Amino acid sequence: MTLHGHVPPEPDLVQLLTPEGVRVEHPDFPLDITEDEIGALYRDLVLVRRFDSEATALQRQGELGLWASCLGQEAAQVGAGRALRTQDMAFPTYREHGVAWCRDVDPVTLLGMFRGVSLGGWNPNENNFNLYTIVLGAQALHAVGYAMGVTRDGAVGTGEPARDTAVLAFFGDGASSQGDVNEAFIWAAAGNLPVVFYCQNNQWAISEPVERQSRIPLFQRAAGFGFPGVRVDGNDVLACLAVSRMALNEARSGQGPTLIEAYTYRMGAHTTSDDPTRYRLSEELETWKHRDPIERVRAYLVREAGVGSGFFDGIEAEAEALAVRIRAACRELADPAPLDIFDNVYVDMTDELAAQKADFAEYLESFEAPAQGATR
Amino acid sequence: MTAPQTLTMAGALNSALRNRLEHDDKVVVMGMDVGKLGGVFRITDGLQKDFGEDRIIDCPLGESGIIGSAIGLAIRGYRPVCEIQFDGFVYPAFDQIVSQLAKIHNRSLGQVRMPVTIRIPYGGGIGAVEHHSESPEAYFAHTAGLKVVTCANPSDAYWMLRQSIDSDDPVIFFEPKRRYWTKGPVSAHGDVAPLPLHQAQIVRPGSDATLLAYGPMVATALQAAKAAEEDGRDLEVIDLRSLSPIDTATVVASVERTGRLVVVHEASVSLGMGAEIAARIQEHAFYSLQAPVLRVGGFDTPYPASRAEDEWLPDTDRILDAVDRTFSF
Repeated sequence: MTLHGHVPPEPDLVQLLTPEGVRVEHPDFPLDITEDEIGALYRDLVLVRRFDSEATALQRQGELGLWASCLGQEAAQVGAGRALRTQDMAFPTYREHGVAWCRDVDPVTLLGMFRGVSLGGWNPNENNFNLYTIVLGAQALHAVGYAMGVTRDGAVGTGEPARDTAVLAFFGDGASSQGDVNEAFIWAAAGNLPVVFYCQNNQWAISEPVERQSRIPLFQRAAGFGFPGVRVDGNDVLACLAVSRMALNEARSGQGPTLIEAYTYRMGAHTTSDDPTRYRLSEELETWKHRDPIERVRAYLVREAGVGSGFFDGIEAEAEALAVRIRAACRELADPAPLDIFDNVYVDMTDELAAQKADFAEYLESFEAPAQGATR
Repeated sequence: MTAPQTLTMAGALNSALRNRLEHDDKVVVMGMDVGKLGGVFRITDGLQKDFGEDRIIDCPLGESGIIGSAIGLAIRGYRPVCEIQFDGFVYPAFDQIVSQLAKIHNRSLGQVRMPVTIRIPYGGGIGAVEHHSESPEAYFAHTAGLKVVTCANPSDAYWMLRQSIDSDDPVIFFEPKRRYWTKGPVSAHGDVAPLPLHQAQIVRPGSDATLLAYGPMVATALQAAKAAEEDGRDLEVIDLRSLSPIDTATVVASVERTGRLVVVHEASVSLGMGAEIAARIQEHAFYSLQAPVLRVGGFDTPYPASRAEDEWLPDTDRILDAVDRTFSF
């Protein structure tokens, strides 16, 4: 065997619920969860998917300029999102609609960005859910800095569940190639920071397959930086919850960072501007359809928990109501007033920007209000 | 009232950092080698000894990481002061500065503040190797959401750095490294009201023409003005101090008195600060001008190898040559 001929063994995928909906145990990741709680996760998954499909529809109807769908990644996001405690901070990319849902960020607020009425628009510190970040991987460093602050604040390893704080940084397989993500790994390791890196490997960075990003499974990169990495079935909400809980707990207790690779699949396009039929085969899509994150929970609830159809019908009705609300609220999102573009550029507005705003106001007024008594 | 003390610019910057660290425990200093070493220029000398490793943070090597993590600290409520070792090393952090730091306040609809100061030693004249002598100010001044300032003497170094750290907006603070060791008076306490951060200052009144400079070129412009006296020309010298926003009013008022303007900076002339100043003056003081606004600056080349930097950098002769030309119209 030569050095370059060495092939690492295919790693185990942490799984607690098979694609067929059978509950299995993993020796390292036990999950203490009731059937009611699994039902609640099912509700999250269905509502997130309904929100996502509604947003895609709204884009097709011209109500949104763009949409980045999370179809197929609901379990990866809800599992991680439901592992967070109130005081934890999440740093998303631009596709973490399921995490936003778990953080109680109103889905309509998320739409504002894609409709073009704002460039973000929510307060990161209100729900401890940072603004979406579009430049790939930049937010991994923001998470590291926030985690530095958490450590400085003495909010790690106190043993008080309401005080100890972790930071969860999301990024994708493509972003794992970015320098910022690698700097974030180095910094987090060097500072033993309470940050969990959560890579949703959805297999595709627009048209580039993950093989173009890495010769090894992404979670194995963590070893090179000096902290644990684990690969979890990203379509298994229970496994994602269990692994995230453990990693976040370890971060909160002062044991430092973890890299979680949620192995999943982007069922839709990268965004509504993308055409995945140009670069991937339909067989691949079919394979992943059998691993659908929602169907397996439903199968479990029906077969193993004996949940009746009334439960599912109730959630369907709730999903439909959510879609109706979102549709209406999206259309009602007000365009920003022309003069709003000058606001919030600076905390202390500069004189020259104030002058530009005043000049533009005067210019706009020159078009308004036809003279009194004008006749046709 | 405390009498002014004489400090080097480096000492003044160190005092300003010390002052703000004492004033607010949310202020943290971060960068490469800022701790035990005291920074490659020793600007942070002794701070870690007095304020500890938690507040004077020696960072892993990575400029993007310095700014990116400063952003995260600011979201958490901290007030980071970052050091970039040299001008030419700021580019790996460019995305974090212009796409992230500059925009987060705006993107959050004003709900998140980014009170981050980025100190960058800049400019040439110290015989350094490549990437250690650049003047990248225009890149940052072009970006909305950032404030960009530079000091030219120890007093401004002290007060402007304090004001920058106090600012709730991100400030790029350019330090003219070749002036670090020049001495000057600094009033250490609040016995004089400092000039507002964004105000230009007339550092030498004059009546015949205006020289506008900032950072390392202010001293050179003052030397040129002194030399011009021998030719019987009384030059006014303005230290611009703030590159974004620009105190246009002070420059316009000066040009209205003198009728002539020469802008001096080390950065390459094309699309630089001088171009912006010239455009503003022709817009606001066109009828006061006796001659076109002239620019003296670096050539549109990479910063040269150090044995040639004296040819590249504006000096008193090149400034005086431009002054001659402005009088020839």
